[in-house]
Amino acid sequence: MSATTDLTPRAQARGKAARQGGGSVRRARFTSTRGGQFLISSILPIAILLAWQLTSSLGIFTVGQLPSPEMVWLAGVDLVQRGLLGPFIGISVQRVLIGFAIGASLGLFFGAIVGLARVWDFFFGSTFGAIRAVPSLAWVPLLLLWLKIGEESKITLIAIGAFFPVYTTVAAALRHVDKQLVEAGRAFGLSGVQLFTTVQLPAVVPSVISGLRLALAQSWLFLVAAELIASSAGLGFLLLDSQNNGRTDRVILAIILLAVFGKTTDALLGLFEKWAVRRWA
Amino acid sequence: MASSTTMPYAVTNTAFEVRFDGVGRSFTATNTRRGESAEPRIVLRDINITVKPGELVAILGTSGCGKSTLLRITAGLDTGFTGNVTIDGTPVEGIDSRSAFAFQEPRLFPWRSVTQNVALGLPHGIDKAEGEARVAELLELVGLSASAHHRPREISGGMAQRASLARALARNPGVLLLDEPFGALDALTRLKMQDLLLDIHAAAPTTVLLVTHDVDEALQLADRVILLGRMPGEPGATISELVTVPGGRPRDRGSAELAELRAHLLEGLGVDRHTTSTFSI
Ligand SMILES: Nc1ncnc2c1ncn2[C@@H]1O[C@H](COP(=O)(O)OP(=O)(O)OP(=O)(O)O)[C@@H](O)[C@H]1O
Ligand SMILES: [Mg+2]
Repeated sequence: MSATTDLTPRAQARGKAARQGGGSVRRARFTSTRGGQFLISSILPIAILLAWQLTSSLGIFTVGQLPSPEMVWLAGVDLVQRGLLGPFIGISVQRVLIGFAIGASLGLFFGAIVGLARVWDFFFGSTFGAIRAVPSLAWVPLLLLWLKIGEESKITLIAIGAFFPVYTTVAAALRHVDKQLVEAGRAFGLSGVQLFTTVQLPAVVPSVISGLRLALAQSWLFLVAAELIASSAGLGFLLLDSQNNGRTDRVILAIILLAVFGKTTDALLGLFEKWAVRRWA
Repeated sequence: MASSTTMPYAVTNTAFEVRFDGVGRSFTATNTRRGESAEPRIVLRDINITVKPGELVAILGTSGCGKSTLLRITAGLDTGFTGNVTIDGTPVEGIDSRSAFAFQEPRLFPWRSVTQNVALGLPHGIDKAEGEARVAELLELVGLSASAHHRPREISGGMAQRASLARALARNPGVLLLDEPFGALDALTRLKMQDLLLDIHAAAPTTVLLVTHDVDEALQLADRVILLGRMPGEPGATISELVTVPGGRPRDRGSAELAELRAHLLEGLGVDRHTTSTFSI
């Protein structure tokens, strides 16, 4: 600061502005690079891993309570060698994707008609609202009775879980499309399907995608619920089976896998969302 | 930018007569409690005027007196009115493709570029290349060529308003409905856009209903000026003044005749006149 005191006020101001500008540019650059973002977001996971390693090295918990990271890793390798882990992951991912696809498609369809036409809102609205109020696990006994312990019962449960976030966000978003924009569209001769694809649909794309992300998270939740209760394969089954055998290492492995897959599928939809928001919002 | 009076496309349009016959509009309050009778509130009543083909009529009135409502009725966007509105002899019974509307708000679609927004105003069935040329021409005329590929959120409020004007002009309509189209513009841009409107009107003599808050603007642009106002002891606004503006355009802003009309109209709007001379045409 003292070095600039002999400058004219204007030059001082310029120098100050340049310094401030430079500083904010540098700050912005770090968080806007991929490397910088990755670095910041990996601090916490690494810290957790270190703390976990430390507590098991110090023997704070018994192996039955908290096995070391290495033991969990080895449990994973062991399951892979037995040819179990791949199929378990495969069947779980398959259930989630099929259930999500069915539930989300139905949600899109019913959300669209309920959001666009009041008559369908009156027709479906309160019934769907009541069905939505049923806690997810309450469906399990009924689904088991009706559909037995096959794939259908699990996929149906996941579809129920994926349906409601999509249905509610789509219906609400369509109901709240800017009336002035719709009117402008109508004033320039759009109606029916054309009005929908030109005005209403683009206007709700961002909320539809956030509904889809919610639905995907919900699908993983319902997957575990379904597999915990009635299954002989999958990550949920791995959880339950390992609990019964006292294999804490496998329980933790399953939890980590669920976190990784849940986060990965969500990140993929997140990329799609970013693109769509840039395109439509 | 608005100096040229040769519009390459403008020679083909037809101007229509617009006739208002005892037009009135009342709104019923929607949030009255059960049991209370909802008293309809009269906004407009007994509007009678015939706007000649190619005539430019300015509509003045205090805020909330029903100017936008009158334009919406003319466009067929508001069908809850009483009385008759005819364009070219046929009644307006719904959205009317013979008229084009530039709304009080720009109402641009956020997910479309400026060009795509303006293109929405093109008449249906227009040849693609011809349409593109017309949009480019209009963007040039309203001074938005440099922002043609920007999104509405990337342009200023005044630029958005000009885009909205271009969208209405793109239709090359028989009746042009302009709801305070220059409200958000700075003084210089406003003058340029007024000239543009006059140029377009001279080249393609469409019928124009122009709502404005600006008495000078009305006197500069219009053949006739309507003052919407409330008569003592009567509910709702009607045509309280109808003046024919003397002289061809462009008009001398300093003329005593216009100054007198201006003072008179301002008085009608509730603004005290500062001169003591009496009114006469
Ligand atoms: N859909 C509606 N429901 C109820 N009242 C309405 C509706 N549309 C307009 N009004 C009422 O009609 C009156 C006139 O509205 P309008 O928008 O035509 O005014 P305006 O003259 O254009 O005002 P401004 O100069 O502020 O734009 C207002 O008092 C408004 O409250
Ligand atoms: Mg208005």
